[in-house]
Amino acid sequence: MTAPANRKRRKLLAAAASTVAAAPGLRLMEWAAAQSDAQPVTAATRWGLLIDTDKCAVDCDACVRACNDEHGLTGTGRPETDAQWIRKVTLTDEHSGRVTSLPVLCQHCEQPPCVDVCPTGASFRREDGVVLVDKHTCIGCRYCVIACPYQARSFVHENLTAQKPYSPRGKGTVEGCTLCVHRIDEERAPACVEVCNSGGGDDCGNGALLFGDLNDPQSAIARRLKSAPSRQLRADLDLNTGVRYENL
Amino acid sequence: MPAHFHQLKITAPEYRAALAVLLALAALGYAAAHYMDAGGHHITGMNNRVVWGIPHVFALALILAASGALNVASLSSVFGLDEYQPLAGLSALLAIVLLVGGLLVLVLDLGRPDRLIVALTHYNFKSVFAWNILLYTGFIALAVGYLYVLVEPGARRAGRVRAAGMLSLLWRLVLTSGSGAIFGFVVARPMYHAAVMAPLFIALSLALGGAAFQLVAAALARWHGDYLDESVLARQARLLAWFVAAVLLLTAIFHLTHGYAAERRAVERFILMRGGVYTALFWAQAGLGGALPLALLLAPAPGVRRLCAAAALVVLGGFAHLYVIIIGGQAFPLPIFPGKTVTGGFYDGEVAAYAPSLPEFLLGLGGVAAALLLLLAALRVLPFMPPPRRARQRG
Repeated sequence: MTAPANRKRRKLLAAAASTVAAAPGLRLMEWAAAQSDAQPVTAATRWGLLIDTDKCAVDCDACVRACNDEHGLTGTGRPETDAQWIRKVTLTDEHSGRVTSLPVLCQHCEQPPCVDVCPTGASFRREDGVVLVDKHTCIGCRYCVIACPYQARSFVHENLTAQKPYSPRGKGTVEGCTLCVHRIDEERAPACVEVCNSGGGDDCGNGALLFGDLNDPQSAIARRLKSAPSRQLRADLDLNTGVRYENL
Repeated sequence: MPAHFHQLKITAPEYRAALAVLLALAALGYAAAHYMDAGGHHITGMNNRVVWGIPHVFALALILAASGALNVASLSSVFGLDEYQPLAGLSALLAIVLLVGGLLVLVLDLGRPDRLIVALTHYNFKSVFAWNILLYTGFIALAVGYLYVLVEPGARRAGRVRAAGMLSLLWRLVLTSGSGAIFGFVVARPMYHAAVMAPLFIALSLALGGAAFQLVAAALARWHGDYLDESVLARQARLLAWFVAAVLLLTAIFHLTHGYAAERRAVERFILMRGGVYTALFWAQAGLGGALPLALLLAPAPGVRRLCAAAALVVLGGFAHLYVIIIGGQAFPLPIFPGKTVTGGFYDGEVAAYAPSLPEFLLGLGGVAAALLLLLAALRVLPFMPPPRRARQRG
């Protein structure tokens, strides 16, 4: 085996090992189905996220911090115009008073309104269900921000510096959760999932987020969705979201 | 060239003053756009919850007015009202410049206005916005074609003027439906998602455009020589009254339908009762921009002054109405968790704050100025001014 091939194999094994440790329930088989850069992404896989709100602590925002760190989303002191790819909300039922905590992010819909309304096609859905924005063809009209039922998109309101090479961002364009597509393509779990399933330090460790392939009936996420009730946000819109919630 | 069209004659000093003011406002608007582009939109009042602000209100008002400004051309060429024939060219020219002004504002407010070429070369045909790009360009092409046949010898006899007028009429009905659909098709927002948006925008365009034409025609008559016959004025008043009444009726249907549905009562309470500036503007447009001009227009023998006062109220009312729809619809929180009180996150559950900043206001105003500047320039070189009554009587 050549040196580069060996390096690639070591990287894959290391990634797989860390993933097994970081995200229980995510199986190596699912990663085997993930596509490398050389192969086209196909609809055989549909990446999804199951959020157990019973495990999500009200005072924990580790997923938000992990997302901000991963994508270089820094605050400017103007929260109304700062990027918000994932946010924590606390819900209080108006009748029973039951309090629930959960993260809200792009729901990676099968029928995404943001993709429908985008005039240039910059908003698009990958075959594997990840909804993204092509930063080269986004003209910054913000129609997708208007159309998103989840307030999950942000418009970059000012000049940026030191962007992460794997997470292109630019003033005047719209952005949102990419489901850490750069990590998925490297066979790693999204940053929020990783931190939610890790323990120690600033990590969350609550294990509220389960990531995997919705199309694989043997995957942990598919099995859990089959065995326990879950719901979509704004299910009335029939968007078939890739993000689902338990105990909501 | 048909005898009923003239070029604009410059005689009055007010005309030069108007040119200077419009030029200054257009330059300020462009400077504001450049300032927003260089610094980013954080210098505006817009934010991640109210992403469309006052520039979009100006742009939509101009686009709707453009479509409605063609009323007079339609009356002349489609409905065969000969007294409107001398005004048809001015009507089509005004329609073109208003649309250009609106598009200027829309484009200069983009996050990446330098990528306009992308918008013209990459089409997502499922996007209402993309449909509108085609509708706008088609409208300008049709209006230019209409102007051409107006002055083409023999075109009227051959039926080309009527054909061009009919095509423009049908096109602008689709165009304003398309503008309404920008909002009406948004399933996420309870304030927007309504089929009545299309006819409401048609009615708004007829009223706004009719009023804008009346104001422009009256101003030009002061400089150029009076060309507005009493019969034309009386008919203008009656028509405008119909359009204002249609806006009021469709607005009432819109809010009654929403108020009937439990899921939309919260947004209705917000707009009609507890929405602060949005509630104030809603009732102001219904009263001062709707009922009052209706009364002024329906009173017997409306002179040019009363007609212009009513038209000005209709324009201001239409602007306020669009402000309530566009910005009020975004300010109201998205209903992601019905039955729950939401806290934390990104101002979830709270009414979004928005106050227009000076640059974005100047950008919008610059669009209006650019439109009128274009009109005055075009009327100097193109023969689309109606002749003064004296000249017509002599002729």
